[in-house]
Amino acid sequence: MHAVRLRELTKYFRVGFWRPRARRAIHRVTLDVAQGEVLGYLGPNGSGKTTTLKLLMQLLFPTSGSAEILGRPAGDIDVRRRVAFLPEHPHFYDNLTAEELLRYFAGLCGCDRHEANRRTSTLLDRVGIGNERRLHLRKYSKGMLQRVGIAQALVNDPEVVFLDEPMSGLDPLGRRDIRQLLLSLRGEGRTLFFSSHILSDAEAICSRVAILSEGRLIASGKLSELGLRVQGWELVVTGITASRAKTLASEANSVTRVADGRYVIELPAHRPPEQVITALVGSGAQIQSLNPHHETLEEFFVEQVTRQREEDERQRVSA
Amino acid sequence: MSAVRAIAVHVVRESVRDKVLYNLILFAVLMISASYFVGLLSAGQEVKIIKDLGLGATAVFGLLIAVFIGIGLVSKEVERRSIYTLLSKPVRRHEVVLGKYCGLVLTLAVNLAIMAVTVYAVLGYMSVTGSEEFRRGLEAPATDPAMLKAFFLIFVQLMLVAAIALFFSTFCGSLVAAGLTVGLYVVGHFTADLRSLQDVVDAPVAGFVAMGLSYLLPDLAAFDVSADVVHAQPVTIGYILLTVGYAFAYIGALLVGAMAVFSRRDFT
Repeated sequence: MHAVRLRELTKYFRVGFWRPRARRAIHRVTLDVAQGEVLGYLGPNGSGKTTTLKLLMQLLFPTSGSAEILGRPAGDIDVRRRVAFLPEHPHFYDNLTAEELLRYFAGLCGCDRHEANRRTSTLLDRVGIGNERRLHLRKYSKGMLQRVGIAQALVNDPEVVFLDEPMSGLDPLGRRDIRQLLLSLRGEGRTLFFSSHILSDAEAICSRVAILSEGRLIASGKLSELGLRVQGWELVVTGITASRAKTLASEANSVTRVADGRYVIELPAHRPPEQVITALVGSGAQIQSLNPHHETLEEFFVEQVTRQREEDERQRVSA
Repeated sequence: MSAVRAIAVHVVRESVRDKVLYNLILFAVLMISASYFVGLLSAGQEVKIIKDLGLGATAVFGLLIAVFIGIGLVSKEVERRSIYTLLSKPVRRHEVVLGKYCGLVLTLAVNLAIMAVTVYAVLGYMSVTGSEEFRRGLEAPATDPAMLKAFFLIFVQLMLVAAIALFFSTFCGSLVAAGLTVGLYVVGHFTADLRSLQDVVDAPVAGFVAMGLSYLLPDLAAFDVSADVVHAQPVTIGYILLTVGYAFAYIGALLVGAMAVFSRRDFT
């Protein structure tokens, strides 16, 4: 059973009052997320990430297609007991304290008073709000509200957690803390489905990514399977002379001497490292390490989105 | 039902911490207390003036509380986007509407109780400090228990106004919902005039439309028994039951409408 299963999920909004027309938000998105997986749902602003999450939370109703969570329709009330949602820039009730808010949500999730108190206390400590638990939420900073948001999302001990731009608008320290929290959730075996346009965060946390552009899913897969191109090689060797290093510099991007007689040789992607390694080993050098320089997720993302936009533009012109 | 109860308690908790509510209650209590001095200016009619002003202030400030809190229950929750988190919990949308309404009714009940106690306190003070001759001259005792009937009907009327505010707030923004609710409240006091319009205008279609509207719109004047109570006229239990039955039927229809709209609404 998949944690999340989207089939041809489509949402069009009607815009305009006098002459309403349909505006595409997402179009025929089909996607599976396995249990325990951490999926980064990526895309530029306005690509339909939040719409997909709202459809999964049934804050929106689909124009066509279906969304299932844990094998049941997304709107099923029993499913809601096993999932959680953190919206983008969460806003809660100004006049409540973090403690009261969590108790309220725990009550809605069916916890009795004792259990609600226990979970509230544990979660607020976990997200680092323990000392400010009795402060009214209107006095909280953005980062603190985000932590409260994560705490409220965990109040029902969910199997699947949906997060909409969980690190958006946070300072570097806040981002680091939230990233640590998400990594700990991943460590607990929960399924995470989070949207983001901060690709370094996705790279650090996700086991798989799906890329959305103008409402359409244009790529998905494990980071290792996305076909991120090798852009070059980094070879570290010892036991070569300065003159040999100079010779190598003509066929490499750069040759740099580092400590202890080690040389770092940057080879271009079109130069097979095997040939260089064979030649170096033949001349008595020792290979310390060989690492590929992959295209970053950001570069891949930009390339995919640009290609999709060009394709759309071509179709528009030909139509 | 536990979700409805949790949401209702939450509404009360949020409301009692709202500065707007405190200000309204404070103002109402001051107005009611000030009626004592206004009463002193009207020789021989002090108690009637205090009763009249007290019931009037209760109705007006109750209306303001019902409208301001009522429209905020859903529309503000949507505008502030806290509805996203709420609806992601295992709660059905109709439970949200019912819980919000129950919470608002509880808040209104507490506020009306405070205002009623203030009115009785002012009247009690006047009765205690007044002479025996003054007391003998009254049509009804200063602290007439019959006034509770008027307070009760004001409360039922406010329950109806709260349902109207909640209904509009399920599909309108705060300002529009407030405008529509207050508009309907005003029109609701003139349904009898609408009904008799065909007798005074020479346009049968307009008269027919006015007649239709008079049955469709809530008849809020029916809840106002202040004049009867102040002048010691009887308000029968039968009348109260009939009026309450009418209010509950109307409230039921409004809540069903609110739940239907809210259940199908997209939160963009």
